[in-house]
Amino acid sequence: MKPFDYVRPATVTEAIAAAAQPGAVYLAAGTNLLDLMKGNISRPDRLVDVTHLGGLDGIERLADGGLRIGALVRNADLAHDADFARSYPAVAEALLSGASAQLRNAATVGGNLLQRTRCAYFYDTASRCNKRDAGSGCDARHGENRSHAVLGWSEHCIATHPSDFCVPLVALDAVVEIEGRNGRREIALEALHRLPGDAPERESALEPGDLIVAVRLPPVASGFAAHARYLKVRERTSYAFAMVSAAAALRIESGKIIEARLALGGVAAKPWRARGAEDVLRGVAPTADAFQEAGWRALTDAKPSGDNAFKIELARRIVVRALALAAAGTPARLPALPASPFASTTGAIHA
Amino acid sequence: MPELNLTSAPAHLRHGSNIGQPLTRRDGVLKVTGQATYAADNHPPGMLFAVMAVAGISRGRVVSLDVAAAKRHRGVVDVMTPDHKPPLAIDPEIKTSPFVFRMEVLQSHEVRYANQPIAVVIAETLEAATEGAVLLAPRYESLPALVGLDAGESFVPPAVGVGNPTENHRGDVEAGLASAEKQIDAVYETPPQYHNAMEPHAIVAHWDGDKLSVDMPTQGLRLSLARIAELFGIAHDKIHIRSPFLGGGFGSKGFLAGPQTLGIMAAKLVGRPVKLVLRREQMYGPVGHRAPTRQRLRIGADGEGRLTALDHHARTVSSTFDDFYEPAADASHTLYAAPAIRTSHDAVRVNTGTPLFMRAPGEATGSIALESAIDEMAWACGMDPLAFRLKNYAEREPISGKPFSSKALRACYEQGAARFGWAKRSLQPRQMRDDAGLLVGWGMGTATFPALMFQAEARAAIRRDGSGVMEIGAHDMGQGAWTALAQIAADAVGLDIDRVTFKSGTSDLPDAGIAGGSAHTATAGAAIHSAGAAVIAKLADLATNDGRSPLFGAGNAGVIARDGRLIRRDDESRSESYAEILARAGVAEVEARGTGVPNPAAMEEYAMHAHGAVFAEVKVDPELGQIRVSRMVGAFAAGRIVNPRMVQSQLFGGMIWGLSFALHEEAITDRRTGRIMNANLGEYHVPVNADVPPLDVVTVEEHDPHVNALGIKGVGEIGITGSAGAVANAVWHATGVRVRRFPIKIDDLLTQP
Repeated sequence: MKPFDYVRPATVTEAIAAAAQPGAVYLAAGTNLLDLMKGNISRPDRLVDVTHLGGLDGIERLADGGLRIGALVRNADLAHDADFARSYPAVAEALLSGASAQLRNAATVGGNLLQRTRCAYFYDTASRCNKRDAGSGCDARHGENRSHAVLGWSEHCIATHPSDFCVPLVALDAVVEIEGRNGRREIALEALHRLPGDAPERESALEPGDLIVAVRLPPVASGFAAHARYLKVRERTSYAFAMVSAAAALRIESGKIIEARLALGGVAAKPWRARGAEDVLRGVAPTADAFQEAGWRALTDAKPSGDNAFKIELARRIVVRALALAAAGTPARLPALPASPFASTTGAIHA
Repeated sequence: MPELNLTSAPAHLRHGSNIGQPLTRRDGVLKVTGQATYAADNHPPGMLFAVMAVAGISRGRVVSLDVAAAKRHRGVVDVMTPDHKPPLAIDPEIKTSPFVFRMEVLQSHEVRYANQPIAVVIAETLEAATEGAVLLAPRYESLPALVGLDAGESFVPPAVGVGNPTENHRGDVEAGLASAEKQIDAVYETPPQYHNAMEPHAIVAHWDGDKLSVDMPTQGLRLSLARIAELFGIAHDKIHIRSPFLGGGFGSKGFLAGPQTLGIMAAKLVGRPVKLVLRREQMYGPVGHRAPTRQRLRIGADGEGRLTALDHHARTVSSTFDDFYEPAADASHTLYAAPAIRTSHDAVRVNTGTPLFMRAPGEATGSIALESAIDEMAWACGMDPLAFRLKNYAEREPISGKPFSSKALRACYEQGAARFGWAKRSLQPRQMRDDAGLLVGWGMGTATFPALMFQAEARAAIRRDGSGVMEIGAHDMGQGAWTALAQIAADAVGLDIDRVTFKSGTSDLPDAGIAGGSAHTATAGAAIHSAGAAVIAKLADLATNDGRSPLFGAGNAGVIARDGRLIRRDDESRSESYAEILARAGVAEVEARGTGVPNPAAMEEYAMHAHGAVFAEVKVDPELGQIRVSRMVGAFAAGRIVNPRMVQSQLFGGMIWGLSFALHEEAITDRRTGRIMNANLGEYHVPVNADVPPLDVVTVEEHDPHVNALGIKGVGEIGITGSAGAVANAVWHATGVRVRRFPIKIDDLLTQP
């Protein structure tokens, strides 16, 4: 492993100063970063450990009805917070469908947002990758790309963002609070991740030294609690990244959808908000036909980036199913196999 | 290494003999408390760490390595390259026996496959060695890689598996197909699969002058010792290998691997002990794997569902520099009573490490294709898959015409089907749904694996205090040899298991043969059994020839050894303890050796196989295509069961591997570079707990008087066979979609709206 400096700043200000230096990166739980370092994909000069910073690990109800989640809250702690799961069931379900119990116990909210793609060519240092080595080329484009992007990709990069957590967060208009060299600012989570375009090495809107300190859910987000689900199709029952996933959240009154939220995971370099499909659903009855229409609309712009045309059809079907599940109502308890098509299977004991 | 103490576990309750009792693992406490010392847990004083640099291309040559940069890195002691390495006594390219495979030990700059070792960095710390390997920054002259089953001109290899004929036939297949009322002609593909034992290959090598001590996991202590001796030109008695525990072998640790040889070379180069452990991704190349196959099955049946012909052809691959051919088509030799059978193989050469043995080599790949095809044929005949198999039940081994030494497959079918509830299965596919609307399918497969025997030797002793000793260089790969073989040993010397010191797992002990082919318990067990009988015979000589013994004049054949006493067979009131016999004779101990060998006469006369029947239930989301196995029942007949608990675990493990074969495992190979793109446990999928349903294993009573003295057939591999096909057939029954390329994927099932 490449030798590196390890610093443990006492304050956010110190952390930002330390991380703004070239070659420096933040370290939280390290569930992704340490693997990248062991695999020689990331070779930082300096790790700035933020796990000892105070005040970043709380879950705080805001006066306006929103919720503020500290960047260092562990995925498992958040998912198992009963109030949180009741108010934002699709987010809890997404969290619990990700990784393994051990990883969820370690992984943090901020780190989850910034995890890197799982594209095999990004991880394989013998392959060309524009993300890892800007301008070197993309070996995934004509390689083994069955699980790659069908939306928002470019000739320079067809990788997907692997987060489950981000998918319902984007659907619920989550906001990211950032501390940087010029103070605090906020951006919509939807604007945090960038599509590859001709600069896939630039993955987010963050500047050097920027530290995500919290994720905020706006007051309206809890209004979907009665009809919110996350659905994730993957190639084994647990401990696998999504082939395609969807978060669907509805507000239904008097038999009509007042507002719909829909986002897709595993299809693009960012969690993919499907606003066109949301528009289709506004003001209509929650019927199978309406969901089919939304499914078509959500994937209108999709195109295969390789041997992955099936993902487009799969994504349509997942949209339809996720909407149907949401319309049917959030279950009183999180299923034993969260987000799984087998969630309803009796006798399932754990994920 | 401290002396192993396997008897610290609480005493077990037993009734009667040791064999047949479900003892828990005698090494279990050591393992769960972290005291079991695996190879990489050894840290002799002064030890250095070695890390391999491996090829990033799959064909070409290394033209430069920045050795200076690596050596400048703090902590790096030396860099071993083709230009700087200790000499070997023989060229590693020379195959000195059929069980020697070519290995890459820096003998040239040529690259033959991705992940081939191209240098070894030796350093004071693992981190320094790891970074040193990165700093080598190899440059290559690259040639186009040979990738996949159509990489080049195919050829017919001289043999497949271990010396099996490439082609085999009985009867007239073309005539049988021509006369058939129903025919199927289908092509199945299986992917390359790689070894992912929890413990990667590792070695700690320590030279002391011309003596070498080695800690490494091996399934073949003596074979490894002989190979080290010839590679390094040292006498066998100068080498000591310790391999008390393996974190899984599955065929990958049968032979000394290239990386292990590199560890010994590195220790020699620097004159200090060296540890070398493969990184997970480095397992995908130099330590063997299961080759991909493309199998064509043509089957004919008459109007009553009786097979008229079975033609099974398998295409596979080997490396560009050595020969091992997955004998997939041989699976069709033994199961179904077709009057005409033909099996054949061909192959192409590709840029991979040489494929080698992986749990049920040939049987696993062949079984999923054969069992799928039989299922397709049953459907074509409009018959229930079990009824179809019973209609074509082989009373004699189809390819040879020999009778079976024993075959309780009919009972396996009956008991497995009853336990599963098979009789309620709908004939038509896509008929069953559960309460949640998921498609439900039931499938089955027949399991079979040959009952093999190798050669082994054991040494037994009875000591003055009446306790026993059994010594054999056997291998516990996790399957439970420390327990099962000790049970056989205890019965062999007529003692309670806790009165027998069982020594195993080191190369200075008698040769136990290789722990492979599901034959270790049979082979080592036979040697133990015969050593025990021999030492008891010596003890009996002492007693029956001594006028002062109550057994005087009983004659050798006239005593029984039980509970530490010799007892006169025709008069149980006359007996004497081992301790009394030895005390009177004034000897510290009596000892004897015994061997376990195959019986060629019996093998000539009988076909010897274990059998089983596996039934699986899957659920499939009708729109989304995700699959989950919800139930599996396996009924197996494998001769005498030495330890039912260990056997159940072995069969569970095999069935899970079968599930994995059908639904999960696949090395994704870049079609251009030949590099494996998922060489890690995150992306190379094996089943996780949530994928494995409640499993039910039934062991069917089977007495086999011919297979070996103890009647043991072995259970290490059979669980995969049948299981993979059962799952695949259940997916068809659930969906109506017949997938012939494995593993079955979500996209395969999205064809229906």
